[in-house]
Amino acid sequence: MFLAQRRLCFLDSRAKFLKTIYSSKILGLPTSAKMSLKIINAKRIEGLDSNVWTEFTKLAADPSVVNLGQGLPDISPPIYVKEKLSEIAAIDSLNQYTRGFGHPSLVKALACLYEKFYQNQINPNKEILVTVGAYGSLFNAIEGLIDEGDEVIIIMPFYDCYEPMVRMAGATPVFIPLRSKPVDGKKWSSSDWTLDPQELASKFNSKTKAIILNTPHNPIGKVYNKEELQIIADLCIKYDTLCISDEVYEWLVYTGNKHLKIATFPGMWERTITIGSAGKTFSVTGWKLGWSIGPNHLIKHLQTVQQNTIYTCATPLQEALAQAFWIDIKRMDDPECYFNSLPKELEVKRDRMIHLLESLGLKPIVPDGGYFIIADVSLLDADLSDMKDSNEPYDYKFVKWMTKNKKLSAIPVSAFCNAETKLQFEKFVRFCFIKKDSTLDAAEEIIKAWTRQKS
Amino acid sequence: MFRNVTAIHLHLAGVFQRKKAGTSLARCLHQTFAMAKRLPARRLDGIDHNPWVEFGKMASEYDVVNLGQGFPDFPPPDFAVQAFQLALSGDFMLNQYTRAFGYPPLTKILASFFGKLLEQEIDPLKNVLVTVGAYGALFTAFQALVDEGDEVIIIEPFFDCYEPMTLMAGGHPVFVTLKPSPTGDGELDSAGNWRLDPTELASKFTSRTKALILNTPNNPLGKVFSKAELELVASLCQQHDVICISDEVYQWLVYDGHQHVSIASLPGMWERTLTIGSAGKSFSATGWKVGWALGPDRLMKHLRTVQQNTVYHCPTQGQAAVAQSLQHEQLHFGQPSSYFVQLPRAMWRSRDHMVRSLQSVGLRPVVPQGSYFLIADISDFKSKMPDLPGDVDEPYDKRFVKWMIRNKGLAGIPVSVFYSWPHQKHFDHYVRFCFVKDESTLQALDEKLQKWKDELRP
Repeated sequence: MFLAQRRLCFLDSRAKFLKTIYSSKILGLPTSAKMSLKIINAKRIEGLDSNVWTEFTKLAADPSVVNLGQGLPDISPPIYVKEKLSEIAAIDSLNQYTRGFGHPSLVKALACLYEKFYQNQINPNKEILVTVGAYGSLFNAIEGLIDEGDEVIIIMPFYDCYEPMVRMAGATPVFIPLRSKPVDGKKWSSSDWTLDPQELASKFNSKTKAIILNTPHNPIGKVYNKEELQIIADLCIKYDTLCISDEVYEWLVYTGNKHLKIATFPGMWERTITIGSAGKTFSVTGWKLGWSIGPNHLIKHLQTVQQNTIYTCATPLQEALAQAFWIDIKRMDDPECYFNSLPKELEVKRDRMIHLLESLGLKPIVPDGGYFIIADVSLLDADLSDMKDSNEPYDYKFVKWMTKNKKLSAIPVSAFCNAETKLQFEKFVRFCFIKKDSTLDAAEEIIKAWTRQKS
Repeated sequence: MFRNVTAIHLHLAGVFQRKKAGTSLARCLHQTFAMAKRLPARRLDGIDHNPWVEFGKMASEYDVVNLGQGFPDFPPPDFAVQAFQLALSGDFMLNQYTRAFGYPPLTKILASFFGKLLEQEIDPLKNVLVTVGAYGALFTAFQALVDEGDEVIIIEPFFDCYEPMTLMAGGHPVFVTLKPSPTGDGELDSAGNWRLDPTELASKFTSRTKALILNTPNNPLGKVFSKAELELVASLCQQHDVICISDEVYQWLVYDGHQHVSIASLPGMWERTLTIGSAGKSFSATGWKVGWALGPDRLMKHLRTVQQNTVYHCPTQGQAAVAQSLQHEQLHFGQPSSYFVQLPRAMWRSRDHMVRSLQSVGLRPVVPQGSYFLIADISDFKSKMPDLPGDVDEPYDKRFVKWMIRNKGLAGIPVSVFYSWPHQKHFDHYVRFCFVKDESTLQALDEKLQKWKDELRP
């Protein structure tokens, strides 16, 4: 605390000093020049301006490119979801503000659904917050609970927003990589990627405020098992650390795997925020609705952030989402339930994509969950000599080359690493397979032609 | 320390209530004593309280005519509802992510529509950001530009989020108050009568001033800043190199022939102004939560950085609906068929109705020049019934509103919530009412007021 204050005082006097130096009175500059010296961004966003998505979505926007990059389904959401939204648009009152922390029927539906997984009842008003996508939940959790000077453990590779959000809160990210090597004769699986328990323990100390967990994991597709979650839980309890658990792909687990919620482990409900996403649950990423579930003594701070940021989320979308949930909550054991039918549909696509990448001579990592596959592309030994900007990591150059020359786009995995460790993952590229059959057919054509070209 | 102990006690009670059969008591207790680390983050200090939650709850518990929160109780215009339905039933890819900084057709129409109004070349990619309501635009602007120790000038009375947003960004709010000049006997006060003292305003600018937040038409007062008043603000901003954040969500709602002027259109101001607007207020669709910020790239790029680290995208379909609705308005601009002409005309009548009605019970409305709201002077009640129930420190207007909800079936918002803490005691004799309501609501208001009037007779 004292150190943070000293740092602030230092920054404060430094700012005053700079203002004095740049005062136009001393330099005798006209108004417009004076303005360009003074109007600067707040320090909290220093260095956070670049973003992998802005760069790569622009590249893939060319309609002739088969886009397996951004995690965006090009399949239609379930019909009943679209129908609900249409019906709701006609209801007058749903065009006005609703409850800031979440539309009543939606928080009720969420409580009802998730109570099935937690051992306690969930209070819809005090233990749930509806946010602008899971992205918004991550932001609310970090801004609400993480302070300047705190440390936050981030597991690499990580969904790229974790690091800038932690930095924007003035905290220090502490990274730990998932590690693995392919084993001969065995298909490389996301479960082969693990955390070293001793290495993980070494990252915790008294300043560790939180660890961000993502299961199923983006981009590797790892689904953390009971033992792995227990190790994390034990450390959280030992060091009195929060767990921010990003579970947006919770329904997307494939045969032989089970999604487990760390908040259900002994001692963990009290210290965990569990984040979910309508976009990923119902294939409606453009609805931008997510939620945080946790104990009131944590959720109330996320609610404070909400009332000082966006205040409330869109009403008609929340009502439609509530109604879609009620349909599927009633049939959770039914194969028709979207929570069951989507992973079945995606497992087929996953296997197809794996097969395609293998046919190209790659060693893809078979994901146990999520809708991405990563593969080491250096085996292709592509000629990237005409790609400019030699400072970029290999995978950035590869994706740009592949987009330009093969009309196939993906995302470089080093975008999911921090600056110091980009090299560890720079040979990997991420492919998204929540795509309609015609998109995968087009990808198959490209890959077949590519294979022929190689031989 | 005390807060933690209380939290533990409350939590124990909750744990015993909530636990299901089979959960061991030992585990419950272990869970209770788990978190000793400081929560929440310091940036939330002092900003957790919210007046809307309290008054909203009360209004829902009693049988009231709710003129408190600012949203219409009539539907959006047909063309807007149709635009939304089209967005939902059309291209199914509108269910997926769009461009982070704004759905392209929306940023395009915003650029062309406001480019004409502001007489400025507006680039849809560099000068427009779509946000989650105007509220989201305000937050994004504060986070992007206000730093620890920066001063932000806030004109009182102010839309209540400006102060906590300044504090959350580590800034220091500096308040300057709109003051009413005395009115003649029997004359109604007008929002235009409330003015800033130029010398006082000038004195608020220091070398630490980063931004001034302007709201015109003003909530709660309903003042529409005149060109001359804006020129004063503009000249001070330029002189002191200050950014102007201009909240113009009620820009179409101006009455009595007043003109809304955007400060960004004044000479030298585009370069240092963020102009914030709202689809919710423009199209009577507050639940869509689509807003925007317009400004020079030099400022907007920092708002984009905040956006990509906060919400990243805004919902797609609402944006598609707003794009189409704005296209409709562009076609009909300035004509009687334009919603931006029809709505203020209709609300002008509602305003006049409310102004007349409130006077029947001794409430003295301050006639607004614009916005959704008027404030009514309750000084007569303060002198006749000074001791209404409430907490020791509770300002009179809060106690009056609670009394009015419980006893007169009418809900408003105490205006002291729109003032900084030290000034609340000077402005504790006004209540804010929203008149952007359906005819039936205004009739219900009249019924409540008639009953109140009858009760006043000796």
